[in-house]
Amino acid sequence: MNEMMRKISENIWEGREELEVLTFDIAGEVFAIEAVMVQEILDLLPETVVPGAKAFVGAVINFRGKVIPLADIRLAFGMEATKPTIDSRIIVIEIELDGEPVLAGIRTDKVNEVTTLLRAAGEPPPSVGMRWRPDFIDCLVKRGTEFIIIPNLQVIFSAQHDHRHAATAA
Amino acid sequence: MSFPDPIAVFRTEAAELLEQIEAGLLDLNVNLGDKDQVDAVFRGLHTLKGSGAMFGFEALAAFTHHCETAFDRVRKGEVPATQELVTAVLEAKDHMRALVETPTGDHNAMSEMLLANLRSAVDAAKNPGSAPALKVAPGQTLFKIRFSLPQNAMANGTNPLPLLDELAELGECKIIADRSAIPSLDLFAPTDLYISWEVELLTTQPRSAIDDVFIFVMDEMQLDVSAVEAPPAEKPAPAAIPVPAAAATPVAAVPALTPATSGPADSKPNKAAENVRVPAEKLDELMDRVGELVIAQSRLSQLAGGSGDLQLRAVSEDVERLSGELRDTMMVLRMVPVAHLFSRFRRLVHDLAHETGKTIELVTEGESTEVDKSVIERLADPLVHLVRNSCDHGLETPEDRLASGKPEAGHIFLTARQQAGEVIITIKDDGRGINKERVRAKAESSGLIQPNASLSDQELYQLIFQPGFSTAQTVTNLSGRGVGMDVVKRTIDALRGTINVASYPGEGSEISLAIPLTLAIIDGLLVRVGSGRYVIPLSAVEECLELSIEEDMRSRGRSFISLRDSLVPFLRLRDLFRTGTKPDPFQKVVVISTGSERVGLVVDQIIGDHQTVIKGMSKLHHDVATFSGATILGDGDVALILDVGHLVSEGQQQEAHLRAAG
Repeated sequence: MNEMMRKISENIWEGREELEVLTFDIAGEVFAIEAVMVQEILDLLPETVVPGAKAFVGAVINFRGKVIPLADIRLAFGMEATKPTIDSRIIVIEIELDGEPVLAGIRTDKVNEVTTLLRAAGEPPPSVGMRWRPDFIDCLVKRGTEFIIIPNLQVIFSAQHDHRHAATAA
Repeated sequence: MSFPDPIAVFRTEAAELLEQIEAGLLDLNVNLGDKDQVDAVFRGLHTLKGSGAMFGFEALAAFTHHCETAFDRVRKGEVPATQELVTAVLEAKDHMRALVETPTGDHNAMSEMLLANLRSAVDAAKNPGSAPALKVAPGQTLFKIRFSLPQNAMANGTNPLPLLDELAELGECKIIADRSAIPSLDLFAPTDLYISWEVELLTTQPRSAIDDVFIFVMDEMQLDVSAVEAPPAEKPAPAAIPVPAAAATPVAAVPALTPATSGPADSKPNKAAENVRVPAEKLDELMDRVGELVIAQSRLSQLAGGSGDLQLRAVSEDVERLSGELRDTMMVLRMVPVAHLFSRFRRLVHDLAHETGKTIELVTEGESTEVDKSVIERLADPLVHLVRNSCDHGLETPEDRLASGKPEAGHIFLTARQQAGEVIITIKDDGRGINKERVRAKAESSGLIQPNASLSDQELYQLIFQPGFSTAQTVTNLSGRGVGMDVVKRTIDALRGTINVASYPGEGSEISLAIPLTLAIIDGLLVRVGSGRYVIPLSAVEECLELSIEEDMRSRGRSFISLRDSLVPFLRLRDLFRTGTKPDPFQKVVVISTGSERVGLVVDQIIGDHQTVIKGMSKLHHDVATFSGATILGDGDVALILDVGHLVSEGQQQEAHLRAAG
């Protein structure tokens, strides 16, 4: 299952040499998602907790009259919660799950910029020596001295259907 | 702006045309002499043929052409409309639908067969012995008029059309043009008149009135008029029978006698032209925008209320009024009359009557009742099952009906009415009713109930909605397989509706569906639990009471409150939601119910009632059963809507659990 998803996910470049992405910070790491997925960047909004929902999507927000879940990527990567700051933003993305487009917000500590990443600088996630599930990461792209993480949102969101629940309920 | 796919537009239009044609045919079936319906069907077929050819649906155009021709003949009075003809065209209509949907498929064999049917129906209709199109009523005379004008009549300024119109004014008229004299094109002179006419005129006017029509051309023309007392067996008499004019005896004129063949003047104004077709998703989009506007407006009024600026307040009040009106209009836009839904059952019943060999009349009532569009769509399937069931199981065969002293024709009554925020749709038949003993026996044998369990009639009837339940001793093509009724139950549950069954042995059964008018909006009770706000659908709320501290303490560990001498289990929402906050000193209990089962919900505060625009929960939250949706409050916050059915069953389970424990 995971093998299959990885093969699909590595196609994020889809033969392209460059990728336009939006970069943002979560818990000191720099992440990037493809710019075309991004619907909007919002200031923090009042959140409504959904009792009984998985912690990863534990709240909903009002996005222009639509009620959309707010996802916390930190939980997928086992990161520490950070306090909201003046830079905190919500990125609203559209992601396809089971063939249907789904809107979701992602909590971030800071949104940086829209930039272009080169495929040549990309590396597949190392299979050992990482504290994160390798299939949650599409690839790493080196820029200067740091690595930018391109998370595989498809896998991360789909994974919420199964094991995450047990993990957070405990 | 994207332009819609023209093929898709044609398909929608064709679907509508086919519906109109079907409605027209079914009306015609009831009243074969209804000329308006003949015209309506003809027009529908004609349009379908035309636009089909335009959009490249050649097979459809060619096939429809034959049906159109057949109806053209009916329209012109050459062939009377018969049941057989209507049935043949109805079948052809279904085929047209297939041609619209899959134009490339192989339809030739089917087309041929249907056209053969159609031809034989037309031939049968033409056969001597069948009733003539014009029936002579008392006081009327049927005149056969045959006239031809000189070949140069048009060149001399005579126009035959006004003559025909004048004849038509005298009474009911059947005009046949004799085109046999038209020469081939090389000999054809465009100014010459080659056509002569045969007219059958059913009138209350005397013979002299006919002569008056032709008074100015009388000298040059040939005119034969004969009066027929009895309806003729053969229609056009090819040879002119020279009858002396005086031989025709005019019958005393009875003024303003309506022709016997015309049906009740049921001229429905054609409203279709004034409608605009809008994709449903655009309406939903608009609804979202209006929702946003309402929220933005409530922020504005908060700001305006806080400032001393009178002008700002005035503007804010205007915006408040406008957005309120806009929202109300928006709600109305989504409402559709159930007539749309009911119309398809006429065909279903027509077909079922054929298949079962029963005579069934469908009586519909309350078609103008309006229901939210999404509800209508989802109601179609359950209603089909219920109507089928009534036709197949409910109604007896004509012999049985006559034997039990009932009229031969069975009736299905389909009614809709509005009642306090709900629409009640009733399917009633005057058949044999539900056999209670057989339901019980079946339920016992399949282990649904314990033998000799005491059940109320209603509980017993509800068993028919269990999956796999059928009391029919033989499985027929139509129903009896036990699938279907559980589909009804599930769909109605999903619509937050209820089903009520009544049955009177030997007199029939009645199934009522009570469904909320709209899925988009509910009246809700806004409550607070911890720091979160939640909406409880008001329709489920029975009462609110205070949970006193003593009662609270006393009920620790057993979770029951006594409510007028009956014990009602309750759920502490703060525990269920793990709010982790201190409870308010005066907690409230909201008692909710679904049908007969009740459960209390303990909340911290009851804020008030709140009209709620329901938003679906995201796919990512589909595992959360406690909530059926969400809504946006006036201040822009999201509140979750509690799923009453789920909470009640949870409460009941808890009760069963506690009872079992001791």
